[in-house]
Amino acid sequence: MSTLPTTGAAEGTREGPYLELPDRVSLYRFMALQRAVEERGLSLYKQGRVPGSYYDGRGQEATCVGATYALNAADTVCPLIRDMGAHLVRGTTPLAILAHYLGRAGGVGRGRDGNVHLGEASRGVVGMTSMLADMVVVAAGMALAFKLRGEPRCSLAFFGDGATSVGDWHEAVNFAAIERLPLILVLELNGYAYSTPSAAQFPVHPLARATAYGIHGEPVDGNDVEAVFEVTRQARERALAGEGPTLIAAKTMRMHGHGAHDDARYVPAELLAKWEARDPLARQRGRLVELGVDVAAIDAAVAEEVAAAAQAALAMPAPDAASATVGVYAASEPTPLGRGEAPWSGFCS
Amino acid sequence: MQLTYLEAISDGLRCALREDDRVFLLGEDIGVMGGAFKVTAGLLDEFGPERVIDTPISEEMIVGGAVGAAIVGMRPICEMQFADFVACGFDQIVNVAGKLHYRLELAAPIVIRLPCGGGVSGGPYHSANPEAWFLHAPGLKVVAPSTAEDAKGLLLAALADPNPVIFMEHKGLYRRVRGEVPEGPYETPFEARTVRDGDDLVVITYGAMVHAAAAAIEQLDGASVRLLDLRSLEPLDEEAILAAARECSKVVIVDEANYTCAIGAQVSALIAERAFEDLDGPIIRVATPDVPIPFAPELERAVLPSVERIRAAITELLAY
Repeated sequence: MSTLPTTGAAEGTREGPYLELPDRVSLYRFMALQRAVEERGLSLYKQGRVPGSYYDGRGQEATCVGATYALNAADTVCPLIRDMGAHLVRGTTPLAILAHYLGRAGGVGRGRDGNVHLGEASRGVVGMTSMLADMVVVAAGMALAFKLRGEPRCSLAFFGDGATSVGDWHEAVNFAAIERLPLILVLELNGYAYSTPSAAQFPVHPLARATAYGIHGEPVDGNDVEAVFEVTRQARERALAGEGPTLIAAKTMRMHGHGAHDDARYVPAELLAKWEARDPLARQRGRLVELGVDVAAIDAAVAEEVAAAAQAALAMPAPDAASATVGVYAASEPTPLGRGEAPWSGFCS
Repeated sequence: MQLTYLEAISDGLRCALREDDRVFLLGEDIGVMGGAFKVTAGLLDEFGPERVIDTPISEEMIVGGAVGAAIVGMRPICEMQFADFVACGFDQIVNVAGKLHYRLELAAPIVIRLPCGGGVSGGPYHSANPEAWFLHAPGLKVVAPSTAEDAKGLLLAALADPNPVIFMEHKGLYRRVRGEVPEGPYETPFEARTVRDGDDLVVITYGAMVHAAAAAIEQLDGASVRLLDLRSLEPLDEEAILAAARECSKVVIVDEANYTCAIGAQVSALIAERAFEDLDGPIIRVATPDVPIPFAPELERAVLPSVERIRAAITELLAY
């Protein structure tokens, strides 16, 4: 039924240790790229060139990069607000992202949606909606299809702690648990849902919810990109072995306000200082320096790439106004989600 | 073959499951139970629990799960136990499914079956005609068959469509309406159908009201009254509506749905905007007033459009 290869996960699987030096460098590079793209986006926003509102994932780069890196090209991803690194790992370019922020015709959203609402279907990525648990449900539906067709694939959904208060989240997790779907749930415990602290969102540890729904739960330091990679890799193995969903609770911190309009004065300064010392980029940079990697050269290359991308994005034309009413409906048989990049490629594809 | 409206829907589902292994069903109590109305009776036995999936009571999950499966190449058909309950799955329909193609160039070819309509003392939560909710949301199609043949043909056409389609199946027609239904797969176009011809006046309606309007027209003495069954509410067959309005010059529009912003309001606006010069009288609308559907038969009869109300509207306009 499927047009995808049905080779088992075992074939071509790399044995541990799973991350070799080029992977560890890549993990750093993707985090650095996310930060550079988002910093550039923020400055464009502050210059008044980015319409609407602006959001970034500063401080949370390790979670989205590490988790997405553990996937296979045939797996599917539903990133959320703080997960620009997931798009980058799947192969979306800084240029496509910056042009998207700017609302240009050549951006991912073609001017139809902006800021963090993006996803390249050709890369197996489904763009988020603003209703925070929507995509958890959609990810469960994709996992259901993989299970029904017996494909060795999984889907992964990112979401914040606030999203776990939404009814949709519970419907999706319950159903995925009953059906033992190949689904990876990555909870980004970043302390705040907009201005509301986690303690006002739920009175239990979120992993107690994994227990309550009868699924595997895994805590992880969300600022350690290699640790996030490893728990996600294991979650994927369980998913493909028919052991059902895993809820990964990645402890991290939202270092900026909800959006650029939010000065986050409700967050205590000492809390931010504590987490600034745990910066995920600095951590991975430290590892690489110890291994003798020229990190400064990576940083310089990333800065150059993003600067060039910003320049190119600013030169792109706005969408044609006449296109605003086109394409509400699909006119032909749709193309299913494609395959993104799988830089680690520890699994067969 | 002669089938009831309900049997025709079941036959359409069976056809789809046999013809296309991407098709599967999601819903509450649709397996062993065969659905609250037995539309899916027997399908679990024939196709197994992987293609006839009983879900927990989770309408968002049913719809959103179908969207997810559809974007990776499946063709899910969702059942809401009653149309009223679709409110619980509304977000996934309007915010995810409906906007998917415009935003992301992804399509969600899903069908959502809504057993709708009053006349069965279902009360405020088991009688709704919520089609207008979806007409206002971009990216969705909405169809509403009135006959057994169209029930099967529109279901299969909805399934073949690359977009999310809301399928309004009227509970009151399930066992009351019967007709000749072709064997095997066929698709009914999303276009209006002229049920009977005439040129003094046209009644425009859909779903169960087609039968009420036909009965009202039967009771008239000698007038030449056309009856147009919309069949599809989105896309709306504007040319058929305008042609009927121009040729008949008098228009009665009947909705079983609540009056305000029902499709009848849109049809009325369309005719006023584009066929005003051809009218010989005001457009008359007959619809359920803007109240929840009450439980007691006396109260329910007082609000749902009846044969008598439709006949009175026609008679009044003919005399204008």
